[in-house]
Amino acid sequence: MRFILRRLGFYLIAFMASITLNFMLPRFMPGDPVSRMFARSQDRMQPEQIEALRKLLGVDDRPIWEQYIDYLHNVFTGQMGVSISRFPTPVTEVISSQIGWTLLLGGTALVIAAVVGNLLGILAAWRRGGTIDSALPPLLVFIGSFPYFWLAMGALYLFGVVLDWFPIRHAFTDGLEPAFTWEFIGDVGAHLVLPALTIVLVSIGGWMLGMRNTMIATNSEDYITMAEAKGLRPGRIMLRYAARNAMLPSVTSFGMGLGFVVGGALLTEVVFAYPGVGYQLLNAVQGLDYPLMQGLFLTITAAVLLANFLVDILYVRLDPRVRSN
Amino acid sequence: MTTALLKQPTPTPAARKPNRSFIHGLTSNKKALTGMAVMVIFIALALLAPVLFPGDPSRITALASLEPSAEHWLGTTAKGQDVLALTVHGSRSSLFVGLTVGLLSTFIGILVGLASAYFGKFIDEALSLVTNVFLLLPGLPLLVILAAFLPPGLGTVILVLVVTGWAGSARVLRSQALSIRSKDFVAAAVVSGERAGRIMFREILPNMASIVMGTLLACVIYGIGAQAGLEFLGLGDVSTVSWGNNLFWAGNEGALLTGSWWVFVPSGLCIALVAFALALINYAVDEVTNPRLRKIKTPKDIERSAAK
Amino acid sequence: MTISQVSFGSHEPVLDVKDLTVKYIGDTRSTTAVDRVSFSIGTGEVFGLAGESGCGKSTIANSIMRLLKDPAKIAGGSISFGGKDVLAMSPEELRRFRWQDVAMVFQSAMNSLNPVLTIGEQIVDIFTTHAGYSRKESLRRAGELLELVRIDPARLRSYPHQLSGGMRQRAVIAMAVALKPSLLILDEPTTALDVVVQQEIMAQIKELQRELGFSVLFITHDMSLMVELSHRMAVMYGGRIVETAKAQDVYATPRHPYTQALMGAFPPLTGPRVPLTGLPDGVKFRNIPDLSEVSPGHFVAPFGADAPVIESANLEGATP
Repeated sequence: MRFILRRLGFYLIAFMASITLNFMLPRFMPGDPVSRMFARSQDRMQPEQIEALRKLLGVDDRPIWEQYIDYLHNVFTGQMGVSISRFPTPVTEVISSQIGWTLLLGGTALVIAAVVGNLLGILAAWRRGGTIDSALPPLLVFIGSFPYFWLAMGALYLFGVVLDWFPIRHAFTDGLEPAFTWEFIGDVGAHLVLPALTIVLVSIGGWMLGMRNTMIATNSEDYITMAEAKGLRPGRIMLRYAARNAMLPSVTSFGMGLGFVVGGALLTEVVFAYPGVGYQLLNAVQGLDYPLMQGLFLTITAAVLLANFLVDILYVRLDPRVRSN
Repeated sequence: MTTALLKQPTPTPAARKPNRSFIHGLTSNKKALTGMAVMVIFIALALLAPVLFPGDPSRITALASLEPSAEHWLGTTAKGQDVLALTVHGSRSSLFVGLTVGLLSTFIGILVGLASAYFGKFIDEALSLVTNVFLLLPGLPLLVILAAFLPPGLGTVILVLVVTGWAGSARVLRSQALSIRSKDFVAAAVVSGERAGRIMFREILPNMASIVMGTLLACVIYGIGAQAGLEFLGLGDVSTVSWGNNLFWAGNEGALLTGSWWVFVPSGLCIALVAFALALINYAVDEVTNPRLRKIKTPKDIERSAAK
Repeated sequence: MTISQVSFGSHEPVLDVKDLTVKYIGDTRSTTAVDRVSFSIGTGEVFGLAGESGCGKSTIANSIMRLLKDPAKIAGGSISFGGKDVLAMSPEELRRFRWQDVAMVFQSAMNSLNPVLTIGEQIVDIFTTHAGYSRKESLRRAGELLELVRIDPARLRSYPHQLSGGMRQRAVIAMAVALKPSLLILDEPTTALDVVVQQEIMAQIKELQRELGFSVLFITHDMSLMVELSHRMAVMYGGRIVETAKAQDVYATPRHPYTQALMGAFPPLTGPRVPLTGLPDGVKFRNIPDLSEVSPGHFVAPFGADAPVIESANLEGATP
């Protein structure tokens, strides 16, 4: 319990840090980018909207601490202003319409990569020097060396353009009405294949090697020898004794991997024009849509922190040593 | 006979003089040699680029979108630039940024790690907190945000990459420094009244050489990859020639949709080769310092398990 | 060699090890950790194996259960258990042989228990795998086992880190006798424990041995413990046995200089205080010959001219 509370405190601090970063960026950056934005899009806005945005982004003559308190208040009450590029939609609305796609893409890719990668790592360590152990790691490290977006573009070109097996852009076919029908779900699945596959391909090597190396270290522990001496069946030793212990560091990297996947998803979303928060973030940057940029960054951070917290709770379930402490 | 074999002369305290066997291990490791060979070739290309392809590589020299031929080995871009010249020149910026980011991140990591380990207590708590917060903030979105607010340029790219990259190395180096900090010879140095700086940099740091090396390599890989990603998103310094910018333009000019794969392949392959070469060296460092990961054990390791 | 004929009592030997040789295969050269070692253990007999760290004691223990891992290889000799050839067993035969016929208590109880499973689960594993009991039945028997070593059965739900060092070792001993094996290997079972707990554990083992009647291969470098517990014992040095006899004989009249040094290195449990002596600096034995019988049942490796081979004392790194 104390462990959980400590972690919770840590995530709150991390979240405050990202809010503060968000607060400071438009205020202390050279070149006054916010004024540029207002110059470009002022005539479309209502005076009170302009006023709200000025306060949010720091074009404001009040003392800095007063601005900060005001800013915190706005963030915690969900008042993130209106989007410039999607005027006049509020930022929160833009984000909520897109976060689902990122969760779908990132989540699918992360779970597949982590499960398959860890299983391969377990097998590789269990059969040291076997086919899986000698052939896969170099291959996966090599694939993992390619830039994310490069592989994505390559896959898009090969499987989308040349072979025409999968759709190459968007989350579902244009004009199709989102609904819980097999047709729509199938369509979403088909659109998911290439983006998810590229993320899996690049990240699976890290999972596998990490698990393999911890498993090798675990295999030389005395309790593995003892389990063998007990005459347990090999499969049971591998899973209940070796892998069960070796997976603990993996669980921690799962949390860390989330941040990576959100980042990787950004590039993948850009390549495949997948309508998630990453794609939207880049659009916001290009359209000088600072309110949306800020909202997106905070949302992504909050999601990553929340996911990490859930992983911590899982970790406590898995490692009794943490639980009793 | 067995007695003599069992009692290998143990080398003088391994903690003190790790360097010679470490370098020897690296130079006799196949992975390390392959990696270093690839790196030497790329560094030579980067240095010789102005000689091999004099003049501005991005000037238009031929018709647009030519396939690879004897005249243009890697074809031309949609603008009519020579792809080979762009690729060779691109290595300069990419390697420079990668190395700079790697060195700066590792340097910060060393400072933070050593300070954490040496001073402990409050300083360690505070530094660890900052490190962990930076580790947790999603890297690429942070990169994008920072790049969007800062004025474009190579300096911004480097700054942004260091800001997002140092925390990983700091965490690894801290835990290593902590374990060395608890060794007796450091305690002896503290008791004998050596100054803090001397203990940190002369007693602790030399014993982390291999970890520092591994961290540096990982940071360089990160730097090269993240720079490419940033530039591909159009958030880099668009005026320079680099592998990431080459790919940005390739994407922008629809190279793939028109089937000009030769514009798209070389720069990506170069990034992959450099990253792979560095990763190979990194694994070699791991193998040399962590004998468990090696296939065949050394006699020293055997003695340890035999003594169990 | 005829050592097997002098096992304690007149029973058939449970374990018969002949000319066992174990090598560690390195990439540049190989090391012989156990060199042509022969001994046997009779039914109900406690056989001690003494020697300094790294002399090959644990390697022998691991060989008997065929637990050696790469790069260690059994390079020669035979191990037979109740007439069965252990080295010829198929993986499945071996799996059944382990723990049912021979069980082992490892050096460190903390490390030999899986940290993420409860004590109960780790005992139940044994019953469900070997005896085919249901989970419920296994749990009931696991509780009985813990009671046997005087641990509250409520501890079944505890994780290893929640038990004290002595409790953990007793739990491991409980696991070891779960299937009533005919041979129990104790590999320095008390090394990591303090003296009081050591005594408790040894008393526990003695009691169980009397009750269940299993044979014991007892490995330690603690001569006083060994003499106290063993019927017969062997002293190992550099992968070879240098002396073997009834424990009392070794204790009373050690013949080999190494045995004498080993005896001198431990304080006697009773009697007046005497200054401790060990092997002098730089003294090493090489090319240890086969044993020969010096008195009935007392075998010693001949050593050159009643004096150890003295190596130059400044041989680098020679002292352990």
